[in-house]
Amino acid sequence: MAERSFKEEVKTLRLGEGEVFRGEGILAVTKALLQSGVSYVAGYQGAPISHLVDVLADANDILEELGIRFESSASEATATATLAASVNYPLRGAVTFKGPVGVNVASDALANLASGGVKGGALIIVGEDYGEGSSIMQERSHAFAMKSQVWLLDPRPNLPTIVRMVEKGFELSEASNTPVMLELRIRACHVYGSFTTKANARPAFTLKDALERPMRDANRIALPPMTYAHEKEKIEGRWPAAVKFVAENALNEFFDGDADDIGIVLQGGMYNGVVRALERLGLADSFGNTRVPLYVLNVTYPLIDAEFARFCAGKRALLVVEEGQPEFIEQAVNTILRRADIQTRIEGKGLLPMAGEYTGGVVRDGIRRFIEKHRPDLVAGEPENELDKARLARAASTVAPNIHGRPPSFCTGCPERPIFAAMKLVERELGPHHVSCDIGCHLFSILPPFNIGNTTMGYGLGGAGAAALNASATKRAIAVLGDGGFWHNGLVSSIGNAVFNKSDNVHIIVDNGYSAATGGQDLLSSQAQNGIRSTRNSIEKAVRGVGVKWVRTLTRTYDVARMRDTLKEALTTPEKGPKVIVAQSECMLNKQRRERPIAAKAIKDGKRVVRDRFGVDHDTCTGDHSCIRLSGCPSLTVAPNPDPLRAEPVTKVINSCVGCGLCGEVAHAAVLCPSFYRASIVNNPNAWDRLKARLRNAVIGALQRRLEPA
Amino acid sequence: MTVLDLSARPITIAILAMGGEGGGVLADWIVDLGQTGGYIAQATSVPGVAQRTGATIYYVELFPKAAAAKAGRDPVLALMPMPGDVDVIIASELMEAGRAVQRGFVTPDRTTLIASTHRVYSMTERIALTDGRVDEAGLLEGCRAAAKRLIAFDMAALAEATGSVISAVLFGVLAGSGALPFGRAAFEAAIRRGGVGVKASLAAFAAGFEAAESGTPAVRQPPQGSGALPPPTLDGRDAAAGASDLEIFPDSAREVIRLGVERTTDYQDASYARLYLDRLRPFAQRAEDGRLLAEVARQLALGMAYEDTIRVAELKIRPSRFQRVRDEVRLSEGQVLEVAEFMHPRIEEIADTLPKRWGEWLLGTTWARRLVERFAKRGRVVRTTTILGFLQLYAVAALKPLRPGSLRFAREQAFLQSWLDAVRRTAASDYALAVEVAACRNLVKGYGETHERGRARFNTLIAMLPQMAAFPNAAEVMRELRKAAVADDSGLALDDAIARLSPLPKAAE
Repeated sequence: MAERSFKEEVKTLRLGEGEVFRGEGILAVTKALLQSGVSYVAGYQGAPISHLVDVLADANDILEELGIRFESSASEATATATLAASVNYPLRGAVTFKGPVGVNVASDALANLASGGVKGGALIIVGEDYGEGSSIMQERSHAFAMKSQVWLLDPRPNLPTIVRMVEKGFELSEASNTPVMLELRIRACHVYGSFTTKANARPAFTLKDALERPMRDANRIALPPMTYAHEKEKIEGRWPAAVKFVAENALNEFFDGDADDIGIVLQGGMYNGVVRALERLGLADSFGNTRVPLYVLNVTYPLIDAEFARFCAGKRALLVVEEGQPEFIEQAVNTILRRADIQTRIEGKGLLPMAGEYTGGVVRDGIRRFIEKHRPDLVAGEPENELDKARLARAASTVAPNIHGRPPSFCTGCPERPIFAAMKLVERELGPHHVSCDIGCHLFSILPPFNIGNTTMGYGLGGAGAAALNASATKRAIAVLGDGGFWHNGLVSSIGNAVFNKSDNVHIIVDNGYSAATGGQDLLSSQAQNGIRSTRNSIEKAVRGVGVKWVRTLTRTYDVARMRDTLKEALTTPEKGPKVIVAQSECMLNKQRRERPIAAKAIKDGKRVVRDRFGVDHDTCTGDHSCIRLSGCPSLTVAPNPDPLRAEPVTKVINSCVGCGLCGEVAHAAVLCPSFYRASIVNNPNAWDRLKARLRNAVIGALQRRLEPA
Repeated sequence: MTVLDLSARPITIAILAMGGEGGGVLADWIVDLGQTGGYIAQATSVPGVAQRTGATIYYVELFPKAAAAKAGRDPVLALMPMPGDVDVIIASELMEAGRAVQRGFVTPDRTTLIASTHRVYSMTERIALTDGRVDEAGLLEGCRAAAKRLIAFDMAALAEATGSVISAVLFGVLAGSGALPFGRAAFEAAIRRGGVGVKASLAAFAAGFEAAESGTPAVRQPPQGSGALPPPTLDGRDAAAGASDLEIFPDSAREVIRLGVERTTDYQDASYARLYLDRLRPFAQRAEDGRLLAEVARQLALGMAYEDTIRVAELKIRPSRFQRVRDEVRLSEGQVLEVAEFMHPRIEEIADTLPKRWGEWLLGTTWARRLVERFAKRGRVVRTTTILGFLQLYAVAALKPLRPGSLRFAREQAFLQSWLDAVRRTAASDYALAVEVAACRNLVKGYGETHERGRARFNTLIAMLPQMAAFPNAAEVMRELRKAAVADDSGLALDDAIARLSPLPKAAE
């Protein structure tokens, strides 16, 4: 079960002709897919399109009604290869994943798919994770569109345009026999808006038809000599067809303005930011009326030469607003205009930053520089309030030293935290080790308080990242993988590789029962029963299946001492070959989400429910905070010292504590202080509980009175 | 010329929160409020990994429907806040409010800043070996300087008091601020339509609304440790010091000394408190500004009330402690509480508690050591609320009268005496440095390894005292070294600070 449920929202997917849809971008995309008559959808979760996968899972009933097959793909490569169904058959299909890391994984399938081309519309919805809040390296998916020559849509971030681009994307794909990528930036995925719906369409040609009447065309298979023909086809046939379709259907948009000797060309996704910047500069209004002409590229690849020639006619200067680098569009515009011998001056990354997110302030400053340079008469001369500026400067410098970064971290009660606490304890005894990390929540280990981990090379590549570090030495490298990464790629690329190459390294596989970092989707090894997927497949069996001999499965990661000792054994055993520790405990975020309502209801119904939480006695806490340095739990924090003789804050456990037990285990394993206590709160105690309590209170109370007579 | 329609602009609202704080719910309420109140609403957020306790921004724009209808087209709304263009900022915590100021979102020409002044401490603040907290006053001052209007108070406490979550209080404050063109009823209707935890949310909303409307003071007093003093823990049985005993000390230090007397009496007995006063007396004569006396009095009290197994057992079984735990876990009527302690006395702590000669024998006798070590290898969980568990701790606490004969007692007293001697010697030539030397005792605290580490660093600093004479600013140098000694676990920072000290300045020649 995913972290967020869309069971309510997916009802809007049934809206018919001419009704109004209200909701998030992701849900609008799903509705657009249904309106377009897709036959199948597939995807691999990851921000910002995790919710698209969750929506599809929650909408499975609706999809089935329409005869649509939905696959939770094993990886982005799997998802893209799924589009092979559209090569031979007039089937529309869509897949989704995170860009650009997903496109990296998908690129093998993408190249093969793009080479032969498609018959049915094939759409790849890529959620761009760039800029603020991003969890990955900052690159562009654009390069992959260019490399494999698939078309790239970057719609204006409003629901009607996004929906139209989904629908037109399928048509473009079919008109040019080419897969189409639809790029959605993170905020567009989550933007709340509305659009007028159409009825859902059932595909005329079905998957059943394809299975029962298979067709093949050897010319569509990526194997020489066909591949040579494919390359020519792309240039001579598919590209011109795409250009024609884009131009005829006016997929790109032009907005006129009276300052027509200059203009701005922009990626569709930048539109709202550009209009707001112009508005702040006095050159546009809230409705998008603008004095500076705009050319909005809802299609950023291919570019349409004739449209550029037309837009640049009579213009002295053109500003290209293109987020990310390299500046593929700016370079292409230069080529287009030079070839056409058009003398318009092209500005872009010279006035806007080459790297980094184009936030509101960045775009405003860049456009202001462009206007100042080429139409200084238009500069409204925003009155700068010197007093305000001084005030702001003072304010900023006052707060600056008091602000710390607040990166994401392990949640309260996270079962992965004790694994790293144990690693810290092993570090104390055996010294530091080289640690190769993977993608997933466990990567938070690289940050304080653990500061563990040297590299991360990609999903499921934790073990692979330590492959070279296999030499005769007194220490072994440690690799960390999550269950998500393990099934995505890790079984083969990390574990299988280690077996085959006779590696001596230690692999820790963190099995929390979910693809947790992406929102709690189920995996092959999830413990939950999932009606439409096969779960409960053992990681240990899989690992043994590829030939690992030394495997230990720990079913309670919170047992820090055991975790520490197992890790020590793995690091020191004379046994050859890879050592694999499967560290199992359910993701606390998902566990709480599942169990908390059940417990609340049971308490309400008068049933006996025991809730554990931890606490710290402030009068024995000396304010050293070692316990926090071995945990970092959000519920384990500091508080002003109630002792007037002491200044340093004491440790405090706040009420969000879920009683995972780590504090006590760490206090024991690391021989910390005796300040931690576990409070077990018995709700609706039974008669035996009450009797025990009465007896205890009587005896203990009497003893306490001897201690401290009233 | 292109005609611009400047009749309407969106209302821009940014929410700065941490993952899991209900910022999304708050944004949903605002969207609903706008949509039903005649506005087009657009909201965006960056969920993903930022949900995992990281800082994140929700952004909402509201645009009047009537203006859009008149213009015959939809507005173009931005997806992220732009510095200088934010009408309302809602910060769920004080550092996040500061972050909004730092990022330029709060401007004096337009921004109403609604900030809860409670703290959710950052990792950096929490993992410090001593006090790593940032300056709250600085954050508030920055907020006040940048905002057109600041509404700031502890909204988390209000949420707690009303049994709800902070998002509902923030929504109430937003309503009470009058920053949005909607009446109270419209806000409340949005909560009702939301349908989750309606009753508690409405109560929290009302509390927030009233606090904002009645102009609650923008600044709450930070609850500092030196605030209200705890009630005396003594019942008069063994009061060590009458008023006359304290009178010989200057006013400025008397309060600390009173606390010290109380602490040492509570720790052992009246004669122990008299020892405390005797040790302080030599410093009363060198009062000057009283700083040294106060620091010595504070440190001596803490040093004399060192944490041993007897003290821990005694503190754990007190009725006041039982009550405190009940309060802290918010035990309500009809619930039963069971408490378990996590303790790990090592052989060292066991030997420490024994009479001096037995303790030395235990540590020095291999077979006995092995035997006890086996027993002390694992940590113990003591169930204090069971009769057996309570009796275990009660028995340890009962050893209190024997404490003055214990191994640890002898060691601690010798340590304190040598520290006092060092302070006194230093005070003869450099008063300010002596204050620093007095403060160094605080390096020695905690249990087990933490205690040993602190002791080692204390010794390092004291050993440097002879060199200190060469520094014209010796007190400052010592203060920096003391800070370095608590900068990390490894001790690298202290080594580094010491290495940077040489060569010694030649100014004295």
